[in-house]
Amino acid sequence: MTNRILFIIMLVAGLTAPLFAYPVFVMDLLCFALFACAFNLLLGYAGLLSFGHAAFFGGAAYITGYVTKEWGFGPLLGILAGAAFAMVIGTVFGFLAIRRQGIYFAMVTLALAQIIYFLALQMPFTGGENGLQGIPRGQLFGLIDLNDSLAMYYFVFAIFLIGFGIIYRTINSPFGEVLQAIRENESRALSLGYDVDHFKLLAFVISATLAGLAGATKAIIFQFAALTNAHWQTSGEVILMTLVGGLGTVFGPVLGAITVGALNHELSAFGSWVQVILGTIFVVCVMVFRRGIIGELQRLVSRKSG
Amino acid sequence: MSMQVIMAQALLGLNVGVFYAMLSLGLAVIFGLLNIINFAHGAMYMLGAFIALIGYSLLEQWFGISLQIGFWASLLVAPLIVGILGVLIERLFLKRLYDLDHIYGLLLTFGFTLILQGLFANYFNVSGTPYPGQPESLSGVVNLGFMYFPTYRLFSIVFSLVVCFATWWVIEHTKLGSRLRAGVENPDLTQAFGMNVPLMVTLTFAFGAGLAGLAGVLAAPIYSVSPLMGADLIIVVFAVVVIGGMGSIMGAILSGLALGLVEGLTKVFYPPAASTVIFFLMVLVLLFRPAGLFGKEK
Repeated sequence: MTNRILFIIMLVAGLTAPLFAYPVFVMDLLCFALFACAFNLLLGYAGLLSFGHAAFFGGAAYITGYVTKEWGFGPLLGILAGAAFAMVIGTVFGFLAIRRQGIYFAMVTLALAQIIYFLALQMPFTGGENGLQGIPRGQLFGLIDLNDSLAMYYFVFAIFLIGFGIIYRTINSPFGEVLQAIRENESRALSLGYDVDHFKLLAFVISATLAGLAGATKAIIFQFAALTNAHWQTSGEVILMTLVGGLGTVFGPVLGAITVGALNHELSAFGSWVQVILGTIFVVCVMVFRRGIIGELQRLVSRKSG
Repeated sequence: MSMQVIMAQALLGLNVGVFYAMLSLGLAVIFGLLNIINFAHGAMYMLGAFIALIGYSLLEQWFGISLQIGFWASLLVAPLIVGILGVLIERLFLKRLYDLDHIYGLLLTFGFTLILQGLFANYFNVSGTPYPGQPESLSGVVNLGFMYFPTYRLFSIVFSLVVCFATWWVIEHTKLGSRLRAGVENPDLTQAFGMNVPLMVTLTFAFGAGLAGLAGVLAAPIYSVSPLMGADLIIVVFAVVVIGGMGSIMGAILSGLALGLVEGLTKVFYPPAASTVIFFLMVLVLLFRPAGLFGKEK
């Protein structure tokens, strides 16, 4: 019930946002919101901390940029190509990372993501530190010109809703139930006959693919694939968004992405102090605010009604 | 390719390797007792280097104290300060997280990494500041018989090796070390025997942090001191730790040295892969020996 109300709020806010906010900024937030939701599927529901999700987000952006710029792919096909790339490396990384548990899992994903970062830095087509520039927005279905910022906006919002829908369905499916069982007690899930590794890998691949979808979309919006999107700091930022909004809640990551995104935007004039502030928020969240915004609200509501 | 070039790169690789070894040793010692991975380890290494730099050339300008802390004094002062920071982080923050999932420790220390890195990025150039305090006695080159090698680099290799093996010896062969190992094995029982385990935990964390600070001082005259110097290093060290497995102290030291060497040699034979070779080795280890070369899965 609460979820339905929140969903309607999100829908209305999303549809009307271009009326009162700068569309490109909102689109940026939507990409990060989808990215955070994808990340949350893995950490919040399967209990797996990936410290390498920037590889999918940033990596997909390069592929999308390359195929639309050099091979003349349309925006939709380009974005799908980026997401497909994220799916492929997600499968490989997931297969390797689930061989270790807990804290090792985090270190392995971080190290694997660094390979993608160095490739993005060194490969001839990526533009090195300048990133891949001049990506065309193109025509959607050959009809709608995405250079129009409103058309672009609703295209991005549609992608966000599809991604969000996939994650929502995944969480509320029998598959999602098993993931949560694994998070709560892996050995018990195993002894109940579930092929735990299989479930973890599938969750990892879904999460990576959707993170890639978000990154690919971002490349089309900004017509630019940035090296920073593949950097480990981006992996850290998506963790922060999820943590601030509420780990393991459906809408938490969306709210977290908006909060952190807006903060980044407001503080951009302060240079390196932004990092100090984000770090401080990290510390505060971990110490006293582990439920996040949505988690704390839920607790308040349930306390009042109970 | 001449043998000399290969030997030179191997020695330079070993030079990187001793830093890997010192950092992975610290991570392993901390992990053994606290079950926490200290993400801020790289930032503490950076902090060590900055303390040396500030102590040498900025005390007067910044704080109006007409004092210069030279290189040798920095080797003592920097680990001490970083160690005290370690005590504070452990006592005030980490301590409250021990009952939670261990990933919270990682996230907390990640937060501290951002704070430290951001603070120094405000005052120092990201591309690095050279450390001017390398002592006169360590300048120049030494003749190794088959080649000439910078004296300071040789010193930093030997000094780090001594520190690493001394640490190993203390942990494996002294009474203090046996208590520590007992704490790793079974903290509750060790506590029941009257040993102050919480104090051990704090001091262990401080010691690991101090090692990182020490490595930072040693690195300062070689690499330029930059706010980002630790961040890039720590991810490689994570891979080193995954490859070696954190089960053994000696394992952490040896894998650090070996991987530095491998990286150095990759620079000779295929330079573009030098920055990623360790990550690819990690992939191989995960495929064929998932618990790590020296590791035992907990």
